[in-house]
Amino acid sequence: MSEDVWSARDTSPSAIEAALRTLLSRRYQEDRTFVPARVMNLVVIVERGFRGEVENRLARVGRYHPSRLVIVAVEEGRTQLDAWATVAAEDAVHKPGHIAVGRERVEVDVGTQLLGSLDTIVDPLLVSDLTTMVWAPHGHQEGVDALRRLTNIVLIDTQDEPEPRLAFERAADLARSAYVVDLAWLRSTPWRERVAATFDPPAMRGALDSIDKVVVRHREDSTAAGVLFCGWLSTRLGWRPEALAHRGTALAGHARARRGEVALELRPEPMGSPGLGGVTITTASGDSVSLDRGPGGLRAVRHARDGEEQSWTVMGASRGEAGILGEGVRQALLRDPTYKPALEAGRVLVS
Amino acid sequence: MSMAVAEQQEQNPLVEGLERLPVPPTALVIFGATGDLAHRKLLPALYNLAHEGALPERFKLIGVARREKGHDNFRDECRTSICEYSRRTPDDQVLDGLLGHVQYVASNFDDPDGYARLAKALDKLDQETGQPLNRAYYLSTAPEFFPVIIEQLKAAGLHRHKQADVRCVIEKPFGTDLQTARRLQKVVDSVFRERQVFRIDHYLGKETVQNVMAFRFANMMFEPVWNRNYIDHIQITGAEDIGIGTRAGYYDQAGALRDLVQNHMLQLVALTCMEPPATFEADQVRDEKVKVLTAIRPPSPDETVRAQYTAGTVGGEEAKGYLQEEGVPAGSHTETYAALALEVHNWRWAGVPIFLRTGKRLARKVTEIAVQFKPVPHLAFQSEGSVGVQPNQLILTVQPNEGVSISLGAKIPGSKMRIRPVNMEFLYGSAFMSQSPEAYERLILDAMRGDATLFTRNDEVDAQWTIIDPILQRWHATDGNGLPTYEAGTAGPAEADELLGARTWRAL
Repeated sequence: MSEDVWSARDTSPSAIEAALRTLLSRRYQEDRTFVPARVMNLVVIVERGFRGEVENRLARVGRYHPSRLVIVAVEEGRTQLDAWATVAAEDAVHKPGHIAVGRERVEVDVGTQLLGSLDTIVDPLLVSDLTTMVWAPHGHQEGVDALRRLTNIVLIDTQDEPEPRLAFERAADLARSAYVVDLAWLRSTPWRERVAATFDPPAMRGALDSIDKVVVRHREDSTAAGVLFCGWLSTRLGWRPEALAHRGTALAGHARARRGEVALELRPEPMGSPGLGGVTITTASGDSVSLDRGPGGLRAVRHARDGEEQSWTVMGASRGEAGILGEGVRQALLRDPTYKPALEAGRVLVS
Repeated sequence: MSMAVAEQQEQNPLVEGLERLPVPPTALVIFGATGDLAHRKLLPALYNLAHEGALPERFKLIGVARREKGHDNFRDECRTSICEYSRRTPDDQVLDGLLGHVQYVASNFDDPDGYARLAKALDKLDQETGQPLNRAYYLSTAPEFFPVIIEQLKAAGLHRHKQADVRCVIEKPFGTDLQTARRLQKVVDSVFRERQVFRIDHYLGKETVQNVMAFRFANMMFEPVWNRNYIDHIQITGAEDIGIGTRAGYYDQAGALRDLVQNHMLQLVALTCMEPPATFEADQVRDEKVKVLTAIRPPSPDETVRAQYTAGTVGGEEAKGYLQEEGVPAGSHTETYAALALEVHNWRWAGVPIFLRTGKRLARKVTEIAVQFKPVPHLAFQSEGSVGVQPNQLILTVQPNEGVSISLGAKIPGSKMRIRPVNMEFLYGSAFMSQSPEAYERLILDAMRGDATLFTRNDEVDAQWTIIDPILQRWHATDGNGLPTYEAGTAGPAEADELLGARTWRAL
């Protein structure tokens, strides 16, 4: 990997943009195999003191790393704009058919007073006509709001907010002007896929209409993922959810299905990584299916009313938190029509 | 969206929005499970599907091959192959989980007892999983065993199941000429219905081949000029810089025409020239492809060129000639290069020549479709002191530098109005973040789901052989007349240039 670097203190957005153009032009001249990646702009707003931690998370994202990364490092009391720009590429292999895909990274250090007008700083730094995604892992809602006119996608994690109701309200507000990719939602993806697969065989599809209880086990800080999962089931199966209430450490309540009530329960359980740990779905006939984290995939257990039990492993590797973030970046260019309805149902569940 | 996917979404409301759609519980039986294809491609593809959680929730794999060995021996071999050829480093727990679902049945392919043992093993798996598993028989053997296996499956009653779907995946080549293809099809017809049959052309599983359809039918700007009024000719190239390696036994029987043109390259012709299908349902896509293939007449003798490579230099290293390659019979007349001029005789394409060329030991590896547009009707610009206005070219590169490029005329900076061609490029590597799955991952999954869009239908294969068979017969009849040659590391034989008349091949 080789890298060209530019930096300046007390600079301006137009100077940074000019420097990027110069770096790119120099790269082209030096290396004919250089091709700048043109996937998306990713604007990350971070606390300056924690930007290394966020960059480490992005580095682990690997191949999903976006093409132009603009890091806005926010620092209380800062009055001048400092910036660093780099253009990096894999070392050239001068063989036919080889290209060196380049990535651009810009870091701009700003004071908190500039968050409200962040769009005027970021706008010149974006590649025109590319999709722009904004991620603010340390909050900075003012900065995110300032960038709304430039933003196509907002990457959020509703799990970061201890109060799911507030997290969902913010997500719904952002979803009015941009496409929202929610990492908490993505943590529930394998569970949604597996539940869909469980009820996919024609003999099982009828059982979807007779579900009468859903229990979701989640890590203590991952209530949002559990609520979104229940919201998803509700919207896909035509249930009308009602507000959940605290029952000990759990949240419990009902959704109204055509056949009657469906009991919903979210149970926090100790577990290593965030997200869901298990799901049990019971039908009116007394049959149930459970999925729980296990080695090499999810452990599935099917209990029949007559006491017969079957178990097997649904194969799949854990993606880990880096994988979730990578999936978030990748999902930015796709569209999942089921998130917004699930979010709205989730808002009812935690209202 | 294919019909299979649409039906699934209609009946299972939970699948909407999911990237990985559920696959029915399946027992996959690989015939030829100890062979090269199984170990280099199929098993690693299965591992990667398992890693991504894309395999059916209830999945079993039975390997069938002639060599005697135990389940554990076979599992060890599978592990070794997956570790060596998988596109990602295997996760031990997932790999263990996958291998836990693997069994082995040793049998000659014509031995009825072997099929009885297979039937027993499948029934036992049904009992263990508490439900009848769909059967997918993957024929990854030498082609002479395809009819044998299919007939034995019928004899053992394994070709149908009252409560589960039975599918048969047939590797290429589907026949070695028109007669053998039709003979094989007759056997297939006597055992399976067409909807149960999935003929593999792994090119169709490549993202960039599928992108030919996306490019043509998802962009308004190209379709209006995609016809004889605007296109001068089309060149489709499948060039390889490597020789035949250790495949002399197969390649000397096949040759370039059978190896690449009859299947992959004619599929590229079909995708390039087909009319837009109303939907991407398997039969609608294949109906349109068949219309193109049946509108192509077999080329006349002066519209075909064959040649064989002689010793030369490739990538700075000396390369043997074909006849010196290990395992090639002395005096072999097998062509390692083939070029054809074809025409699609329909309203859209009449008069537009389509040139195909493929070869081993050429100057570089490239597979591409080059569409050459007609020149502008009037030149208002100076050509003196510049290359001048050149007709536009649109290049769809399948490999290795996957993407699309368009050549445009642009003004050279300066005081004069001089023009030269410049390129506008889209490269997969710079525009998409995700790593493309191997073609076999997509194809195995589609076969298990019953989606035949990316598989060739019987009438496609028949139409392909109908174009190629007369050439094979003619070449066979004139084997004694000597074969043109080309030096390894070059762009091919001089005779291929004559095929184009006043036009020229694109530089490799």
